[in-house]
Amino acid sequence: MDLSLSTRTEGDRTIVVVGGEIDVYTAPKLREQLIDLVSSGAYDLVVDMESVDFLDSTGLGVLVGGLKRVRAHEGSLRLVCTQERILKIFRITGLTKVFPIHASVEEAVAATD
Amino acid sequence: MAIVELRFGALPAHVRTARLVAAAVARRSGVDDGLIDEVKLAVGEACARALALHEAHAPLEQVIVELSESPSEFVVTVRDCGPPDAAVQIPAARTEDMSALLESAIGADDGAASSAPLQLALIAGLVDELSVDRDGDHTNVRMRWSLNHVAHA
Repeated sequence: MDLSLSTRTEGDRTIVVVGGEIDVYTAPKLREQLIDLVSSGAYDLVVDMESVDFLDSTGLGVLVGGLKRVRAHEGSLRLVCTQERILKIFRITGLTKVFPIHASVEEAVAATD
Repeated sequence: MAIVELRFGALPAHVRTARLVAAAVARRSGVDDGLIDEVKLAVGEACARALALHEAHAPLEQVIVELSESPSEFVVTVRDCGPPDAAVQIPAARTEDMSALLESAIGADDGAASSAPLQLALIAGLVDELSVDRDGDHTNVRMRWSLNHVAHA
């Protein structure tokens, strides 16, 4: 399965809905999307990963790169993920301490910390 | 002896094929269903590492993936033609180190790639045993999973 991407806005947040596999082949598409959003002034991002089937370290690198970009504009990058197999990768790499991870888009949009 | 051998040219799209083949062979070899995702991720990371080395140093060479089984283990070896100094020591899979490895792997202005140390550290967290050794002009990343018991939570 390839990568699918769509975006929408909710209030001052931009929701990026990601589906499929984020790997060494598809991650550049996600990176491009995040760069485009930040370039267009969207600094508060919510990446919805509920439909992601696979994530590797290249994908993690793209998410960390996105976080660095929004932070440079005092923005935020929140993740939505409840899938254990994806959460496990964030735990193994220690990135649960780096990203706020929420159980739903609603929760991520409402979060202000 | 390998029960399945896969060779692919240095294109990112082929890493997915290698993952899927590894998952299918692992399942058939009796690897616990709960570990199949870990096999896919570990093999994907090893192939992505090999791919990056080939892109930089040996773009015309093929990456070789050997999958083998015995009654007690399932073994995947990913063989690359990277330079000798790519046969690095395996970093400790401690999460604080990995987070730092990942942070340091992200270029300040391109926010791009991951790094070989990070990939090896992640693999180490997914397998029962990981070894990296040099064999002539090749580096072998060997990943082993025990069969008949679940070694990881």
